[in-house]
Amino acid sequence: MSSPKKPDIETVREDLLRKYPTKVARKRAGQIVINRKTEEGVPPEIKANIRTVPGIITQRGCCYAGCKGVVLGPTRDIVNITHGPIGCGFYSWLTRRNQTDPGPDGENFMTYCFSTDMQDEQIIFGGEKKLAAAIQEAYDLFHPKAIAVFSTCPVGLIGDDVHQVCKSMQEKLNINCFGFSCEGYKGVSQSAGHHIANNQLFKHVIGRNDTPPEGKYKITLMGEYNIGGDAFVIEELLDKCGITLVSTFSGNSTISAFERAHTADLNCVMCHRSINYVADMIEKKYGVPWIKVNFIGTESTAKSLRKIAEYFGDPKLSEQVETVIAEEIEATEPIRQEIHERCQDKLAMLFVGGSRAHHYQDLFAEIGMKTLAAGYEFAHRDDYEGRRVLPSITIDADSRNIEELAVEADPDKYSPRKSEQELADLIQNGMPVKGYEGMMSQMEEETLVIDDISHWESERLIELYKPAVFCAGIKEKYAIQKMCVPSKQLHSYDYGGPYAGFAGAVNFWRDIDRMVGARVWTYIQAPWQKQDYPALEAELVHTGSSEC
Amino acid sequence: MLLRHTNTEVVEREALTINPAKTCQPVGAMYAALGIHGCLPHSHGSQGCCSYHRSTLTRHYKEPVMASTSSFTEGASVFGGQSNLLTAIETIFTVYAPDIIAVHTTCLSETIGDDIVQITAKATGKGLIPPGKYVIHANTPSYVGSHVTGFANMTKSMVTYFAQAVAEKKNKTVNILPGWVEPADMKEIRRLAGEMGVAILMYPDTSGVLDAPQTGRHEFYPRGGATVDQIRASGDSRITLALGPTASTSAAEALDSRCKVPFQTLELPIGLRATDRFINALRKAGKVEVPASINDERGRLVDMISDMQQYFFGKRAALWGDPDQLVSLAEFLHDLDMKPTYIVTGTPGRAFEERIATVLGGRLPEVKVRQGKQADMFLLHQWIKNEKVDLLIGNSYGKYIARDEDIPLVRHGFPILDRVGHQYFPTVGYRGAMRLCEQILNVLMDRQDRDSPEASFELVM
Repeated sequence: MSSPKKPDIETVREDLLRKYPTKVARKRAGQIVINRKTEEGVPPEIKANIRTVPGIITQRGCCYAGCKGVVLGPTRDIVNITHGPIGCGFYSWLTRRNQTDPGPDGENFMTYCFSTDMQDEQIIFGGEKKLAAAIQEAYDLFHPKAIAVFSTCPVGLIGDDVHQVCKSMQEKLNINCFGFSCEGYKGVSQSAGHHIANNQLFKHVIGRNDTPPEGKYKITLMGEYNIGGDAFVIEELLDKCGITLVSTFSGNSTISAFERAHTADLNCVMCHRSINYVADMIEKKYGVPWIKVNFIGTESTAKSLRKIAEYFGDPKLSEQVETVIAEEIEATEPIRQEIHERCQDKLAMLFVGGSRAHHYQDLFAEIGMKTLAAGYEFAHRDDYEGRRVLPSITIDADSRNIEELAVEADPDKYSPRKSEQELADLIQNGMPVKGYEGMMSQMEEETLVIDDISHWESERLIELYKPAVFCAGIKEKYAIQKMCVPSKQLHSYDYGGPYAGFAGAVNFWRDIDRMVGARVWTYIQAPWQKQDYPALEAELVHTGSSEC
Repeated sequence: MLLRHTNTEVVEREALTINPAKTCQPVGAMYAALGIHGCLPHSHGSQGCCSYHRSTLTRHYKEPVMASTSSFTEGASVFGGQSNLLTAIETIFTVYAPDIIAVHTTCLSETIGDDIVQITAKATGKGLIPPGKYVIHANTPSYVGSHVTGFANMTKSMVTYFAQAVAEKKNKTVNILPGWVEPADMKEIRRLAGEMGVAILMYPDTSGVLDAPQTGRHEFYPRGGATVDQIRASGDSRITLALGPTASTSAAEALDSRCKVPFQTLELPIGLRATDRFINALRKAGKVEVPASINDERGRLVDMISDMQQYFFGKRAALWGDPDQLVSLAEFLHDLDMKPTYIVTGTPGRAFEERIATVLGGRLPEVKVRQGKQADMFLLHQWIKNEKVDLLIGNSYGKYIARDEDIPLVRHGFPILDRVGHQYFPTVGYRGAMRLCEQILNVLMDRQDRDSPEASFELVM
């Protein structure tokens, strides 16, 4: 298939908008932006974290999905009970591919789905009694360390007080029991659920155990969910470098690791969107700074490891980090070069998540592929434009409904790991302390950045640009592939991975190489539907000899 | 062990469901609506519902599943979803131009009491519904019934919105409500009727929708699906065959009361005798003779069973899933001289145990059946741990039990997230029964090959 001539980007933008009713077009216009930075490198403003137009066919999910599915889903030793009708619990049962290592204690409830299976009786008379009974039954059966309760839409409407139920069950059972008011209608996407999950983890879990693990350089990894084993790769890498991982939020995690997360000396934030709240709150209460890291892509991985070493300021650590990087690069570089030859200059589009559509651009760049258009499903302006825009983000009604915890320095436990001067010096030297530059600053000029892309917009972009690969999620995948463009799922990795770190990068490059080069895309038309078929037939089909 | 916390001590639970054998109504309504040609299912609730349902159906079919949502926010939950639905209707008709929008509700919009009929009337009043286009709806509260109920409710809505008795005299056409079966099954039902020479109208019909060919284009509304004209005309048909009482009875009743089309309810034609009853019903309804070709199909199935009977005999099986499938599967396993031992469905409803008892002829006293509340895969697993079975038949979630207990699994039902085939190869009819036999034999015989000592490893089986 020959690639059509690259269309004019302004025309494309207008084309995308023309299809909509006037009001919808006006709204979408703020979310479809051409990346043109000012001379100082400031990206244009994009509208993000705003309501989806009903009926537009969005990629987005709900608050419950962000809270139960994303942030709390990967913790193996909490019994997570969904309080609501059966569906929400059912759909979030094992569908996110968070891998886990059950460890020596062997506790792992991730393969289970727990639900109160709310019936009309509870909708009418209230579901608190059933919830309390369900917690009791879960306790009697499993004796877990902790039980968490997740509210679905009707719970908020009928006024069940899940927090009160959890509190009384906690007193009765003497285990940690806490609830989340993560009803699906809250906020405008999964993002609200991330925030609510962060708040409750901070209130009910983090800080309950002040004993740090052994280790000289103690960090946490935040916003890494161990999809396809990503966290395993990063854990191994950190281990090789001699860095101690106190806790991960929340890939391959346990509640006991969460409880002492504040004993780390540095928090490393991967997915800024889903976890920056906890990082901020830990800093305020306990004095642990956070930096933005990215373990997707070999260069980004190397850079992140170097930043961590630089933060601790120990030449020995830096030396070890450099040894590890050199070893890893030696293994990955020949593979990268080989794949680069086949993939260079091919086009990619990424519309997914709240960080992946940014991070994965690094992996494409490393094999010479260009990102022509990208956008997030549930991110905020700061994820696009950088954290500098935080003060200018308007708080609308949907955001106001999500609680902002008032956090102060803990009178006993606050211990700043770096002085203000030290932090200022680190920032001066380019350390991303409490900093994130966002997706747009990294993307090329004259690329398209689209927030909360609709199905119509996705299809139109594919028609116009015929990218070599389109990264999205499961709902988009097969429509894209019907258009002969391979689609890479960046939520589930198409059941492959890991893609993090050096080993993961190789997996990703190989997958992309396989997909863009797959033979199947050449067989869409039957031979007789092709113009050059008569010539081919003459060449390959031998007709019977008249001598027979 | 994947399900390491499942123990053998069965304790009656009142409140907690663990590893459900059902899901919620709206996904069934969405699936049914995809069986109308040119229809966009619309979920009136929070975004997550639509996202979850589309994801589950997409994973099951490996096909595009197009559907939209009212994207409720907290404001909509307080003030009602009318403005969201009106915007949705306008946006959908402008951008995606369906013939029909099929709205289903969710626990959210049901709890706040949104009146879809009133909102749709408002949309009509505002001119948001283009001429010749339709908005239909089904109430599908997630806290009542299960996904099968949602399928049944949307199918019933097809009748109440479209079916009309126009002609004075009923025609020769036979309506078939296929129940919640796969696109391949619907196609097979159509083929069987064609082979019999019986003119049918069938809805919903997801064949040609969720098994669309790769053509290089994404057909937003694939060629398949029952048309509005077909559904409308079903009011003039002679009789309705409602396949699967749980999924199809309510629509058949509605068609009877609305258009005076009498109906006959049958168990799903899965397996030998259920297919016999279906073919016989079709024969009588269509006033035709059963052609030799169908007798041959039946004969091949019986031949296969008689050839391989020793491998089926006495094997104990655990089944979970939806009532209509389970009743017919249980009957078929029994006919194969197997022992359907544990049968679990989370879908509540009338007469499930009686139906099982009827098809088993009361001849298997040791069968354990559980339905409805706390009838879940945790309980099923506990039963299995207490007394093992030789075979599991159910959806993909069974693979965790299969691996832990080292029991072969035949995937059947919804959802199947980790294999292909169910979209394309039917399990209804005689040919479908042959496929089931093949699937069962493959896993049982593979198991024998794996486990037999080298000395008794068999080439010929």
